Amino acid sequence: MGGVIALQTASNMTSPLLPAYTIGYITQSSTILEFSPTIISLILAGKVGSNISSELGSMRVTEQIDALEIMGVNSLSYLVLPKIIAAVMFFPILIIFSMALSLFGGWISLLISNLCSTETYLLGIKTDFKVFNIVYALTKTIVFGFLIASIASFYGYFVKGGSINVGKASTQAVVISSIAILIANFILTQMILL
Amino acid sequence: MIEINNVSKSFNNRQVLSDISGVFEPGKVNLIIGGSGEGKSVLAKCMVGLMEVDSGQVLFDGRDFIAMNREEKTLFREEIGMLFQGAALFDSMTVEENIMFPLSMFTKMTKGEMLKRVNFCLERVNLSGRNNLYPSECSGGMQKRIGIARAISMNPKYLFCDEPNSGLDPKTSILIDALIKDITTEYKITTIVITHDMNSVIEIGDNIIFLYDSKKWWQGNNKSIITTDNPEILNFVYASEFMKEIRTSMQGNRNFLMFLFGIVTTLFIS
Repeated sequence: MGGVIALQTASNMTSPLLPAYTIGYITQSSTILEFSPTIISLILAGKVGSNISSELGSMRVTEQIDALEIMGVNSLSYLVLPKIIAAVMFFPILIIFSMALSLFGGWISLLISNLCSTETYLLGIKTDFKVFNIVYALTKTIVFGFLIASIASFYGYFVKGGSINVGKASTQAVVISSIAILIANFILTQMILL
Repeated sequence: MIEINNVSKSFNNRQVLSDISGVFEPGKVNLIIGGSGEGKSVLAKCMVGLMEVDSGQVLFDGRDFIAMNREEKTLFREEIGMLFQGAALFDSMTVEENIMFPLSMFTKMTKGEMLKRVNFCLERVNLSGRNNLYPSECSGGMQKRIGIARAISMNPKYLFCDEPNSGLDPKTSILIDALIKDITTEYKITTIVITHDMNSVIEIGDNIIFLYDSKKWWQGNNKSIITTDNPEILNFVYASEFMKEIRTSMQGNRNFLMFLFGIVTTLFIS
């Protein structure tokens, strides 16, 4: 992702008035502010959301959740709560990795295409770097993680019927959590950045 | 002892259970039988609180289960074991972990004590040494037996079995029936089995409740079900033409024996 941002910025920079380090700067700010938290969360909604939903859905249709209830286990807190906590805690770590990899990808792509030197790229990354942007990105990710895990759990936990309904619930969970991420992204940007 | 009083349940204005009452005694295998869709599983789920009843009472040794709050129900459920239709074993756990699960959740046993209990339960269902298998590696009959082992691991006072023989061959079915019967009499458990397997009805039915048209239609045991004249029961028990022929021939033989007995008695008296 970082590689594509860097290449597209470099190819569109036709004005000689713009300094070369702008490539690094744009790569850094778009990666940290938007691409890493939002795009990766959308990918995670597909991967983790469908996983959670289908796992809980299968447990429901094969009466495993009923078995937990019969044993006296609160199935909601036993099955859903750890998933929400895990998502809220580990999605930000993944996003930090994705930021680092994205910036590294930008550097590699520029190095290969010989569009910008390493020093200039690093200068761009350091230019106007705000720690607050990282905090903002991680705050968004925590909210997205909560939304993904809770929406997917809801659709999986309350599935009715058989395996076809598990598939449907999984698809619904991904669609609804993706939409929720986009709406939450807009609201959070309004609240935090403006 | 479990007692149900006037239990009713409906779904979307369709009455599934109407004023069902009955007593299920400990140390006996109590069967709830009936055709498909007659509400057998619904009744069992209402009794254990997996479904809410519309009206009625479910008393476990005099304790009103329906009147309990969520915490009380959760605590009380430690006394209930249930074998589900598909065994409902946890896919991600081994056989050992499945049976150990309720022990680790609700007892303060050490790992060694839990392992001892797991091995005892596995031995009880003739599955010693299968600790490390996953449910997907076990046959249907094995899964049912593991389900029973998990259900009895906490020494329950009440055992519910939802169609324990469904999808099993006759030999394995007999094995499961015998196991349920043994466990029930040995530990004086109040066992309720939901079934429409006639072999189970004849083999282990100490007390049988027949559900029909959303009502308790008939109550008896494995002896009286053979001799009853209730037409709905007869339709259920002798559903196939083959079974009807057997019954007719049995009745013929009985009439012939009665005739012989009458002649002998008359001769003897005269």
